[in-house]
Amino acid sequence: MAINEETVKQVAKLAKLEIEEESIHTFTKELDRIVDMVEQLEELDTEGVEGTYHGLPQKNVWREDKVQQGTDREALFKNVKTRKDGYIEVPAMFDNGGSEA
Amino acid sequence: MNFLAHTLEELHEKLVNKELTAVELMESVYANIEETDERVGAFLTLNKEEALAAAREADEQGIDPDNVLSGLPVGIKDNISTKGIRTTAASKILEEFVPVYDATVVEKLKQAGMISVGKLNLDEFAMGGSTENSALKVTRNPWDLSKVPGGSSGGSAAAVAAGQIPVSLGSDTGGSIRQPASFTGLVGMKPTYGRVSRYGLIAFGSSLDQIGPFTRTVKDNALVLNVISGTDDRDGTSYRGDTPDFTEGIEEGVKGLRIGVPKEYFHEDAKETAIVESVRAALELYKEMGAEIVEVSLPHSKYGIPAYYIIASSEASSNLQRFDGIRYGYRSENIGSLEDIYVKSRSEGFGLEVKRRIMLGTFSLSSGFYDAHFKKAAQARTLIRQDFEKTFEDVDVLVAPTTTSTAFEIGGKIDDPLAMYMADVLTVPVNLAGVPSLSIPCGFSEDMPIGMQIIGKHFDEQTIYRTAYAYEKATDHHEKKPSFKGGE
Repeated sequence: MAINEETVKQVAKLAKLEIEEESIHTFTKELDRIVDMVEQLEELDTEGVEGTYHGLPQKNVWREDKVQQGTDREALFKNVKTRKDGYIEVPAMFDNGGSEA
Repeated sequence: MNFLAHTLEELHEKLVNKELTAVELMESVYANIEETDERVGAFLTLNKEEALAAAREADEQGIDPDNVLSGLPVGIKDNISTKGIRTTAASKILEEFVPVYDATVVEKLKQAGMISVGKLNLDEFAMGGSTENSALKVTRNPWDLSKVPGGSSGGSAAAVAAGQIPVSLGSDTGGSIRQPASFTGLVGMKPTYGRVSRYGLIAFGSSLDQIGPFTRTVKDNALVLNVISGTDDRDGTSYRGDTPDFTEGIEEGVKGLRIGVPKEYFHEDAKETAIVESVRAALELYKEMGAEIVEVSLPHSKYGIPAYYIIASSEASSNLQRFDGIRYGYRSENIGSLEDIYVKSRSEGFGLEVKRRIMLGTFSLSSGFYDAHFKKAAQARTLIRQDFEKTFEDVDVLVAPTTTSTAFEIGGKIDDPLAMYMADVLTVPVNLAGVPSLSIPCGFSEDMPIGMQIIGKHFDEQTIYRTAYAYEKATDHHEKKPSFKGGE
């Protein structure tokens, strides 16, 4: 068993997700099977092999630093749920329990 | 108008000759959708008024005889941003999201005169292989309505296969264009990584994602890729090199071509023997047409699935952090604190499969597991890429089955995520290596289409299309029509 319910809770916290108590058992079992599967990689000898982290080996793509018309500010607010004085409004951060991060 | 009977060039000719107007064509699209989509369920959003207005404008301006796509209808996978038209990624978290800009591919299609008719269903955030992970709708396979259309671009495949539209765009991170193309008897292209701009594509696995077309014929496919390809300043990973005309040399045939047959892709003991048999028959045909068939090996293929699921999920866990319930998207009403906005909105907004991938990715990137998971997967990726590069020193293209089974029953695999992952075994290595691959129909197994993929060198889509075209000319699989049988 690669992972247990404690690990799942810890990872969920990092990912800002909540796994419901009644489904955590099944979720853990499934994730454990998946982790087991991906850990097949252990048997592969990768000594001295450089990792590939990009789809295309292309580095330092530059563009000219010139002023361009941005997206209209009002348009950007179109998908915002709550706003106030030109800002996005969110619940109070410090009064009733802030971020634990 | 039945699109199943016409290529894009034929439709273009009818428009130019005024046998047909763009408005009539567009009206027939919506009539097709009206007639079949209650059963198929391909579309999530239709923009009929805008599309008809654009068609009227095309008629008034006159169809450009030199521009083969002008006035023709296209459908867009709903993880590609369309300005002013709802773009959901088939997720509850984006159910009401309306983008304020067009993806580069959408801009390019518009510039070419194509008219978007609506947005197509997918597995939520393109994560899945059956479109069953859509939070919004079930999509069915027109060849058998009790079966899945494949995924994640299931709506894009089903709509073209059902004859609702002649072409659609999908995206392919681990097989999401080729597998549904294979399940629905279509031609589907995953271009070389970087060939097509990803600007405006809702990011899943950024080092793997590519947009590509679904069509019924090979040449149609090349014509659409011509238009959507190219360098884009808004996507730093887009290719800086030239875009050729992908139809150039398409009719030259395969005489003298060296076709590699990767032995790891031929599961002779598979349940559906018709798949390997059909691809072997296609190779026989290529041989008769003058190609040289060479057995080759891609020895690290078996590490494709584990490497892919670590890399794609890690990138996804990072990309999906932007869904925080603040600036856009679903916000939980169950909020007491700022932390609640994040946790509740994400937990209520994401579906089970998306959560599973975010969790796997977060785990793989977490301290203590980074080296054994993410770094190891990146190294495996190098070995997989080198397998392809070495093989391509000797052969021009590779030919192999696209999938190990034809379309399966709706509900058949959805409760077994691992089985669903394993089904991607023949498609993910291509994404890890960044090479292009086209799936084309090559036969039937109990009336369900079989797909064959033609894999090419980096940025050599031309040879792929040439190889595919030769096969299509010599066979008639692409002319068969779906039965709409089965279902409820």
